[in-house]
Amino acid sequence: MSTAVATPATKAAPSAAARSDRTVAENRLGQKLVLPAVVVMLVVTAWPMIQALYLSLFRYRLTTPDDKEFIGVSNYTTILGDSLFWKDTLNTVIIMIVTVAVELVIGFAFAMVMHRIVFARGAIRTAILIPYGIITVVSAFAWQFTFSINNGWVNSWFHWLPWIGPDTNWFGSHWPAMFAIMVSEIWKTTPFMSLLLLAGLSQVSEDMIEAAKVDGATAWQRLWKVILPNMRAAIMVAVLFRALDAFRIFDNIFVMTRGAQDTESSSFLTYRQVIEQFQLGLGSALSVLLFLTVLLLAWLITAMFRVDLAQARGEG
Amino acid sequence: MNRGRTILGTWAGFLVILVWCLLPVVWILSLSFKGPDETAAGSPHFLPETWTLQNYKDIFNDGDFLDALRNSFGIAIIATALSVVFATLAAYAIARLEFKGKRAVLSLALAIAMFPVVSLVGPLFDMWRTFHLFNTWPGLIIPYMSFTLPLAIWTLSAFFREIPWEMEQAAQVDGATSWQAFRKVIVPLAAPGVFTAAILTFFFAWNEFVLAISLTSTTSSRTVPAQMSFFVGPDPFNPPYGQLATASVVVTVPIILIVLLFQRKIVAGLTSGAVKG
Repeated sequence: MSTAVATPATKAAPSAAARSDRTVAENRLGQKLVLPAVVVMLVVTAWPMIQALYLSLFRYRLTTPDDKEFIGVSNYTTILGDSLFWKDTLNTVIIMIVTVAVELVIGFAFAMVMHRIVFARGAIRTAILIPYGIITVVSAFAWQFTFSINNGWVNSWFHWLPWIGPDTNWFGSHWPAMFAIMVSEIWKTTPFMSLLLLAGLSQVSEDMIEAAKVDGATAWQRLWKVILPNMRAAIMVAVLFRALDAFRIFDNIFVMTRGAQDTESSSFLTYRQVIEQFQLGLGSALSVLLFLTVLLLAWLITAMFRVDLAQARGEG
Repeated sequence: MNRGRTILGTWAGFLVILVWCLLPVVWILSLSFKGPDETAAGSPHFLPETWTLQNYKDIFNDGDFLDALRNSFGIAIIATALSVVFATLAAYAIARLEFKGKRAVLSLALAIAMFPVVSLVGPLFDMWRTFHLFNTWPGLIIPYMSFTLPLAIWTLSAFFREIPWEMEQAAQVDGATSWQAFRKVIVPLAAPGVFTAAILTFFFAWNEFVLAISLTSTTSSRTVPAQMSFFVGPDPFNPPYGQLATASVVVTVPIILIVLLFQRKIVAGLTSGAVKG
């Protein structure tokens, strides 16, 4: 095609030009079609994020808007020097690690059952989609009432356990409250995890598992040496999306404890600074830090699994 | 022997999954039939001692709740419709055309899917007040669109890649006009994908809470999850268990209906493209 330039006025020139015209047109059409979506996505994320970066350098409180003053990075130093910030980050990390680990195990067990089952496939899928679809706030209320002292069933059903009595106050101290929050989170999101793992499981070839069986591998060996390594991509997608989702935990905490008993998460701290205290400067700095943490986490998880991100897909 | 054990295990697993998924739902359903006297006195029983419809009467006479229900439906449906239209255009381009920046669009979508929504609360709160979008429907619809677009684009482009587009030309060769070829061949093939994307988008908008409490201040735009979280009832020392449970049941009904009707499509949409490669 490049010869078209060198050869003057041959028949090759118009056809090459026509082809490149088509490429140009396709290029334009493609860009035109994605433009509205890209604009909407950027307007609500990139632009406010730049705004947050700018505001985070100011002392800016909505109750005293005239006091807006440039203070450099001192919002950041204030936050990083504050033990509350670290306590909330620790809470968030604990919730993330515990919930994702438990969900991975239970989700895999559920996926195995759904994979093996030959009857009532529709019924089980319908059942599993209900927690997925249910509003998180509703799940939080349902579990708050479950753990309630005078109206819940946990205390009356499990009072035979040594550490549970008829008047155990689940929201009266730190760890029981964290436990209740995590139960709600795990209940609601395990189905999503199990569906992703089920999709991965159905891609593992039965022949390979059969071959391992013939070669004398035990069920345990088949699981660890054949099944799990072959579902790495699915596990990585599930872990990535659930971990980032768990790190953003907010709804359950807001409804169940409002951050009482030191159950506040990073998201909750950010929300409280901005909406309840009107600290836009400090809140923006927290927003930026939260955003950076999520980026770091995403990078860590993908690096851990060494899987191309293009294989992954979004879960809003 | 071994086979029998596997079947028994599968049965047990089936029951465990059913109990896991349905117990909390049955629990709020049971709670919604407990009268206010019973919950105020403390009722540790799973089922109501006396069944009553009082909570349903109260909830459907509560103007604030009805407003919130209207807002939830309106905002979720409009956001879903707009998001799916934009996502369809973008996904068509990504699946069918070669253009510069395709990878950038996909990466942007992925980045936004992981974005911490709370980070936006501050700046959006500030911006929306300036643009007079605070406490309005568009003020929630616009961010809901941007947060559902990634999921819709990924799901739809996975679906569109599977469509046999040659059939469009085949229909034209057989004498169909290009509009007929599109209308009669492509639309029926693409519709299930678009529909699936719409369901997942609707679930997101129906569920969203952080922005719903931060960017609204009255029942003119507050959605059900936000309204429920602010609902304390007349006695602050006794949360209105029954009414909250009833509200929970009411907002869960649409979800259960959608799941019952379309479970196959939802599962396909959730897992499409997740394990390719």
